[in-house]
Amino acid sequence: MTTTQDIHSPDFLAGDEFTIPTFRLLQQDGTLFEGAEAPDLERDKARRIYQAMVFTRVLDERMMAAQRQGRLSFYMQCTGEEAAVIGATAALDDADMIMAQYREQGALAYRGFTFDEFMNQLFGNELDYGKGRQMPIHYGSRKLHYMTISSPLATQIPQATGYAYGQKLAGDGHCTTVFFGEGAASEGDFHAALNMAAVHKVPVIFFCRNNGYAISTPAVEQFAADGVAPRAFGYRMHVIRVDGNDILAVYQATREARRIAVEDNQPVLIEAMTYRLAAHSSSDDPSGYRSKKEEEAWREKDPILRMRHWLNDRDWWSEDEEKELQERLRREVLETMKRAEKRPPPPLDSLVTDVYADVTPALQRQLDHLKTHIRQYPDAYPRGARSLDPDVVAGDDAAVKGGE
Amino acid sequence: MPKMNMLQAINNALDIAMAEDEKVICFGEDVGFFGGVFRATSHLQEKYGRARCFNTPLVEQGIIGFANGLAAQGSVPVAEIQFADYIFPAFDQIVNETAKFRYRSGDLFNVGGLTIRAPYGGGIAGGHYHSQSPEAYFAHTPGLKVVVPRNPYQAKGLLLSAIRDPDPVLYFEPKRLYRASTGEVPEEDYQLPIGEAEVTKEGADITLLGWGAQMEVIDRAVELAEREGISCEVIDLRSILPWDEDTVVESVLKTGRLVITHEAPLTGGFAGEIAATVQERCFLYLESPIARVTGLDTPFPLTLEKEYMPDHLKIFEAIKATLAY
Repeated sequence: MTTTQDIHSPDFLAGDEFTIPTFRLLQQDGTLFEGAEAPDLERDKARRIYQAMVFTRVLDERMMAAQRQGRLSFYMQCTGEEAAVIGATAALDDADMIMAQYREQGALAYRGFTFDEFMNQLFGNELDYGKGRQMPIHYGSRKLHYMTISSPLATQIPQATGYAYGQKLAGDGHCTTVFFGEGAASEGDFHAALNMAAVHKVPVIFFCRNNGYAISTPAVEQFAADGVAPRAFGYRMHVIRVDGNDILAVYQATREARRIAVEDNQPVLIEAMTYRLAAHSSSDDPSGYRSKKEEEAWREKDPILRMRHWLNDRDWWSEDEEKELQERLRREVLETMKRAEKRPPPPLDSLVTDVYADVTPALQRQLDHLKTHIRQYPDAYPRGARSLDPDVVAGDDAAVKGGE
Repeated sequence: MPKMNMLQAINNALDIAMAEDEKVICFGEDVGFFGGVFRATSHLQEKYGRARCFNTPLVEQGIIGFANGLAAQGSVPVAEIQFADYIFPAFDQIVNETAKFRYRSGDLFNVGGLTIRAPYGGGIAGGHYHSQSPEAYFAHTPGLKVVVPRNPYQAKGLLLSAIRDPDPVLYFEPKRLYRASTGEVPEEDYQLPIGEAEVTKEGADITLLGWGAQMEVIDRAVELAEREGISCEVIDLRSILPWDEDTVVESVLKTGRLVITHEAPLTGGFAGEIAATVQERCFLYLESPIARVTGLDTPFPLTLEKEYMPDHLKIFEAIKATLAY
């Protein structure tokens, strides 16, 4: 339905009639902006948030180094976006669904995914929940309400609308939060998702991490509009733009968004302005398309440091605790990596399971044929051969390299 | 003759096409200043300007829809889809629009200028979504041409033909070979025919047929087979659609045996189409069933990729089994 008033001269609207302000609470030195008020965030929760941010940073630094050493085929960092991802996650109920894009490991860290669980996926070993089938960083956790990552961009956004519609019908008071980048918001799936959510009054939070780049493509080549936020008007949806490096602003905005979603059954769009401090992935080198100066300017807006200043000012965190946390995390990340690396790959049969609920006769024949072949050439297929006969350790089984 | 890898050969072909015809326009995600994530379009923006080589927003259906319109207008778009795995949002534009533009309008309008480039294939630890070989989906669509080069020389000649072909062409590039495959490539402009297979090696006992990255795998299998005294004839199909029935049939009439290989899953793979045609035209000459060496009927795996791949050993075993039939 359209409600409109008549005009009698051709006066166009240029799209500049609306300006989107940015919600900010915390300055880089850890003090609040004048007139800003900290959200109701108790000490333990603030510490949990902070520790998840540091956990994520430590994991990312160590695993990118491991990728460079050839121990891991591929990696993607959340670096610079920890406040956006973890601040939003902390504002949700831990049982709310999260559908992430791929750079949101901080959400899992906040909900308690362990280093071992991260490592098992990264190394695709026999304990990986995804059974070694997907590239590193494609985590998933049913118990932590985190949908398994799919590489195609934006496909998760309309799925989130559907998932949340189901939650609304179930009446369990939960919502879905879907993360995506400003690049993915160009996909048709984004538009379909927002429109359907608004039409069907679905409790879903669309959380856009506007981190400035889609691989090499800067946001200015992604859209002519003022970011992603103004699109909400077109769907008649609540929207807020927030400083994505400001943990307090992200937390408060998302908490309010959750209230609107769950209590009013209205979708909300949040655009978090942040910066992808690291490369797109281990396959990318940003020096080919952006300046060190630009990166440095954003490094000074480090969201973790900003939160630490705030915590320190309140005596909720000390330098001793910082040192202890850093040392413990660095030790654990190494220990768990070594453990995960040594674990065998998933068994050969896992090639054909889960294609369907049951293995079809045709697939069983293909597997049997493959087994016969591998028994003929065990050295050529060390992983498969080991799975067929665990006592035989054949050939070199180092992590395969490559992958974009 | 200069030595080039496949990316350099592709870049060289685009450069030649853009220099020769100002209607040629290259675009896609990260294609502009950066030159594409694989650098296939390196320096083209520098040379031909932002109007003719540019980044698009991240929307594959938009890229191909835009390309269809641009081609209908008379330009010659070369659209890049960053990975063939990500071509599916554009499936509607390709299958319902690109393929049918000429037919549905009674040739009032066509998008014959369009070329869609996309890296395909596995062997790079790319998992489900950086490994697929989607050629068979498109081979099921009359109105499209589907081309897959096997080395730098072929890549340049076939891409120049694709760009200048009067019909829309999907050009799938074997990304595993982008830097791994090198060879002599003439600097000058040349074209290789679309719709024609190439017999890359003559032999008497068995015909081996593949395309793209599988050709290198076939060559390794041939080495093993010939050590056992088996004489192999090898054919690179090069074009999946339209495909060169006559060259394949002629070879099978001579050898009486055929092994077809592709990375894509078995069921519904293009080998099935070839096998059906060959048995129709060569039935009384076949000495054994036509063998297919392909990926499994599963999504493309990661950790067990080596086990999944239709490698030289699997082809070698299929050759032996076919001969021993």
